[in-house]
Amino acid sequence: MGERSLVDWLRPSANLKRELEAALIAVLFAVAIGSVLMLIAGKAPGYVWSQMLIRTFSDSYWTGQLLYKATGLALTGLAVALALDAGLFNIGAEGQLTAGVLACAVIGTSLPESTPAILAIPLCLAGAAAAGGLVGGVIGVLRVTRDAHEVITSIMLNAIVAGLALYAGNTVLFKGGTTTGAPIVEGARLPQLGFGGSSASVAIVIAILAIALVWWLRSSTTIGQAWRAVGRDPDAARSVGIDVAKVRIFAMVGSGALAGIAAANFVLGHKHAFEEGLGRGTGLLGISVALLGRTHPAGVAIAALLLGFLSSGGLAVADIVPKELIEMLQGVVVLAVACAGPYVRRKAVA
Amino acid sequence: MTAAIAAAVDKSYPGCEVLRGATIRVRPGTVHALVGENGAGKSTLVKIIAGIVTADGGTLALGERTVDVASWNRGAARLAGVGIVQQHGASAPTLSVVENAVLGTEGGPMLALDAPASELKKLGDKIGLPIDPRARAGSLSLGAAQRAEIVAALYHGAKLLILDEPTAVLAPVEVEGLLARLRALAAEGMSIVIVTHKLDEVRTVADDVTVLRAGETVATFSTVDAPLDVAAIARAMVGSDLPPGEKVPAPAADAKVALSLKGVSFGELADATLEVRAGEIVGVAGVDGNGQRELALAITGLARGSGTIMLGGRDVTAASPARRLGAGLAHIPEDRHRGGLILSATVADNLTLGRADITGRFRIDRARVAAAARAQIEQLDIRPPNADALVESLSGGNQQKVVVGRELSRPNLVAVVASQPTRGVDLGAVARIHERLRAAATAGAGVLVISADLDELLALCHRIVVLLRGKIAGERTTREELGALMTGAA
Repeated sequence: MGERSLVDWLRPSANLKRELEAALIAVLFAVAIGSVLMLIAGKAPGYVWSQMLIRTFSDSYWTGQLLYKATGLALTGLAVALALDAGLFNIGAEGQLTAGVLACAVIGTSLPESTPAILAIPLCLAGAAAAGGLVGGVIGVLRVTRDAHEVITSIMLNAIVAGLALYAGNTVLFKGGTTTGAPIVEGARLPQLGFGGSSASVAIVIAILAIALVWWLRSSTTIGQAWRAVGRDPDAARSVGIDVAKVRIFAMVGSGALAGIAAANFVLGHKHAFEEGLGRGTGLLGISVALLGRTHPAGVAIAALLLGFLSSGGLAVADIVPKELIEMLQGVVVLAVACAGPYVRRKAVA
Repeated sequence: MTAAIAAAVDKSYPGCEVLRGATIRVRPGTVHALVGENGAGKSTLVKIIAGIVTADGGTLALGERTVDVASWNRGAARLAGVGIVQQHGASAPTLSVVENAVLGTEGGPMLALDAPASELKKLGDKIGLPIDPRARAGSLSLGAAQRAEIVAALYHGAKLLILDEPTAVLAPVEVEGLLARLRALAAEGMSIVIVTHKLDEVRTVADDVTVLRAGETVATFSTVDAPLDVAAIARAMVGSDLPPGEKVPAPAADAKVALSLKGVSFGELADATLEVRAGEIVGVAGVDGNGQRELALAITGLARGSGTIMLGGRDVTAASPARRLGAGLAHIPEDRHRGGLILSATVADNLTLGRADITGRFRIDRARVAAAARAQIEQLDIRPPNADALVESLSGGNQQKVVVGRELSRPNLVAVVASQPTRGVDLGAVARIHERLRAAATAGAGVLVISADLDELLALCHRIVVLLRGKIAGERTTREELGALMTGAA
């Protein structure tokens, strides 16, 4: 019982209609709270919301920024969702993403200048996945062997990885006097999608492929069945012969790898270099994405677009309301999901 | 004059009608047995009387007073003198017995435990249910926890005491003791409702009997008219006579050993040595807590101990649970809610969980899963017959059938470990489950049945050994001999 209490309110209901209703309730709740905040700030909510929508979708730059934000969020959200599915609360996507950014940039800059894209991009991705997976794996191993709770260890590792990345930047990577490292080779750069010079890149394809892969693994394979069984009831999983420890470690490795791969969006698709604070916040916001998406890959995709909209839209209307106000809404969404949990779970007790 | 009447009670949950005009009439100073198969609505009916569940319609009267069913709740029921001891207990495990007893009735921010503790102790001693008020509820055996809840209910002034399947978790001696205490309480004027499946208990303890089937009261019996006709009660419960199970022929003297334990020690289990031959059903009798749990864990590999465990002639002592299952072991865990089932998953998923022979090694073959689920649902008469229903929406008996279906349909079975395979399960399901265990033995598996229910073991097994204080204390054949050995008297 105790083992699964942490994510109990997220327990899947196997009832699509209710899941969707719950997500909708959460979003409406966030909109309502946001409107109240806007009123307090002395702005007309209707005007702010409509401006957010109009500016985001009439100006291709802001549409592109939405996609850019959503790409990173989809990958970190998928990372958190995968772990949650396996009964683990990975708060550490932030640190895993940072590790991925570091590895991705280091590999991208150390490749020979003439490396073709077909080689450079997979190498950078593999490095990012490995680095994120390593950080995730450490959390998994500590949970399994030392019974150290993953929430605690992953929060701690966020701080440790951030510190290490900054240290590496300061001592080796940053060009004199800046907080930016050397540019990655031409072949490792992902093509931009255009969108009025926005940051959106082909990385979105990587996110879509990752969502499809996790979706397929989760619903159609024994691997997915095993990780979900462990997430819902480790005792039952153990008794039918599933190696719970192994599943937990691999789920954390997979989760960390997905968060690491989000580096592609920031390093390969946008900045083309290691930069202090690159992608910061995407890992933590990934938690909201996973919760709002109720851990389903399709839900994660929609939630990433929605929170991406809040992020980029908040910037688009920054001249009307402070962007912090919109950022608060991202937290409100999580609270709303938690409140909607019991509704989803309500069921017949015969 | 009645102690309690619940009449024409209806209760539905989304997609499931639990009670349809159910009626029970309890006379004061009597023990009233509420019987019926699992899923008949017994627990729901008593929970309605106790104010835990709100009825959709019907009338409820306690003594002379008619209550409003819509606003009836636990607090009101407690004040009106309705005490209930629920099936799985309702104590907070980290609190002491006395803390649990006063929980929700403290009436102020300060806890005064000394007076209630000594009162509880006195009350327990007086009615012959001795308890330790200061013991932590979680550290008590199931029997002691139940005694504590009964005493707490009486402490709160219960005049109507409801016990929901109180004997399901007790050893035979404990059952006898409890039933005797209930008779004594009734003689002093207490009205008691006891929910049960077990007809010998009904015969021992009940003055009146109400039979529920599919949410309706289908029959009532009373000792006022004549001695209870147990066969008639059984017929009313299941709607037809149960075919007696046929014994499986004993295995040949040269049958191979399917499962053997040599000097296995782990936790409570001390140097257990045991052999089950192919085609043989061996029973392990014993009072709960004498190493039954550990025995099953050791055989399945869910825990490691010392000693040697052989499965079909192979040494599996060091093998993982997955390897043992792969080598032909099936395991029905003692608690279907702890290790048997994923309650929030579907019947089909639970029937095929970990069964790579059905799902395929990597990619899940949905068509085969659906076909396997359909076959098991039909064979075991799992109700509702819906492979996509969530297991948590099934009654206990049907949930157990899902576990049995998954485990006993494994291919190339060598040995089966069935722990309490029919605990808290209705008669119809018992028959089906026994049938499947017999079929496994007939097909050549060695079957080990660990059960607290001697009737079950006597009906099923070729041999019965007794587990006492973690040791196999010996083999006996009759109920009396077994009972004596179980309690350490012989």
